[in-house]
Amino acid sequence: MKFLDEYRDGELAQQLAGEIHRITTKPWNIMEVCGGQTHAIVKFGIDELLPKLITLIHGPGCPVCVTPLEMIDKALEIAARPGVVFASFGDMLRVPGSTTDLLTVKAAGGDVRMVYSPLDAVKLAEQNPGKEVVFFGVGFETTAPATAMAVYQAARMGLKNFSMLISHVLVPPAIDALMSSPGCRVQAFLAAGHVCAIMGYEEYPPLAAKYRVPIVVTGFEPLDILQGILMCVQQLESGRAGVENQYVRAVREQGNQPAQELVREVFRIVPRKWRGVGEIPASGLGLADAYAGFDAEKRFGLAGRHVDEPADCLSGLVLQGKIKPHECPAFGGRCTPEHPLGATMVSGEGACAAYHRYRRQSARS
Amino acid sequence: MCLAIPGKVETLSGDDPVTRMGRVNFGGVIKEASLAFVPEARIGDYVIVHAGFALSKVDEDEAHKVFEYLRQMEEFDELKGDGS
Repeated sequence: MKFLDEYRDGELAQQLAGEIHRITTKPWNIMEVCGGQTHAIVKFGIDELLPKLITLIHGPGCPVCVTPLEMIDKALEIAARPGVVFASFGDMLRVPGSTTDLLTVKAAGGDVRMVYSPLDAVKLAEQNPGKEVVFFGVGFETTAPATAMAVYQAARMGLKNFSMLISHVLVPPAIDALMSSPGCRVQAFLAAGHVCAIMGYEEYPPLAAKYRVPIVVTGFEPLDILQGILMCVQQLESGRAGVENQYVRAVREQGNQPAQELVREVFRIVPRKWRGVGEIPASGLGLADAYAGFDAEKRFGLAGRHVDEPADCLSGLVLQGKIKPHECPAFGGRCTPEHPLGATMVSGEGACAAYHRYRRQSARS
Repeated sequence: MCLAIPGKVETLSGDDPVTRMGRVNFGGVIKEASLAFVPEARIGDYVIVHAGFALSKVDEDEAHKVFEYLRQMEEFDELKGDGS
């Protein structure tokens, strides 16, 4: 595939790794924010190509993983109601709530549908006027324009039977919270390439300056990640702390203006609870007043609730980069993709799932 | 969730920019995607698609930068006589 395969060239990867080896003289901890980057690193063994002095810390960039337990429970409650069609992205279907998950609700007779695009949910509402169609809007800034467009089009069409359960989260406040938490060892960041394709990277210079950390906007293929790491190390070794763009083929500094405008029209910034991390102010998106009628929490009377996390799931520590998945006592035993304790094992981008799929043997040894 | 992949725009339909769609070819698999956020996309362009929406047009000149950098690295090594 064009613009994909070329960035997986093994020889070029070795060349980039060789250059990283050549210039690294001190230990450095680099965090990749996005779960998609974590998976590429583990799957392609990128961390194993690096000098031992470089430690990659896996970040909380998995929106499925950080969706709070009470939000999942709300989704389950709505999905189980008669007359409701509950539409969701595929990777939310097996995330465990307090007692069950969406697939189990479906097996028990709930009308739960997997969709690829939020627009598919709008179509479902159009085609099923006698049903209440609810879409589970989970994701970072990459996904917010898509869900915003779904609400916008539903409003334009005057749809009365469509609503959205919203759990959108924003990356820069999470980086800020992480960097200011005690014991944080992160010295540089690979910023999430597709989040930045939407948002640009104008929000990052204040963070780079505040914490004196290089931030490199990075793509998702092996050559992208290796080049992003190289650019971080070049800055770290020379004492610089600025914002750079590795993913130039897809990201511009101002990002995608039409997408940002629609997100500003449909959503407003709200505080959000991140599963395993806690509430971070101004770190999420909720519906703007003009679109509040599409809020499923209001429509189904489910606002305001708190649920405690199960004690033996350490995904919070994994998401903050404080432990690696295989350091969790439940990993591979009580917690596997078939019966996960938490979202980091379920999600297609979760660090625990990545380690279980690609590293189980070496993690044990 | 941030998984987005590049594909080639093969057809365009719709005059209203908000509802403009395109058929995008991902290495042989063809899916429809909204082009609402990439109004400048034309047939033959590559776009990055996520959740049924094109997010960004792939800049083909910039796409070569990684390889240029690597080529320059190799030439520099040869100049230094590293022989690596």
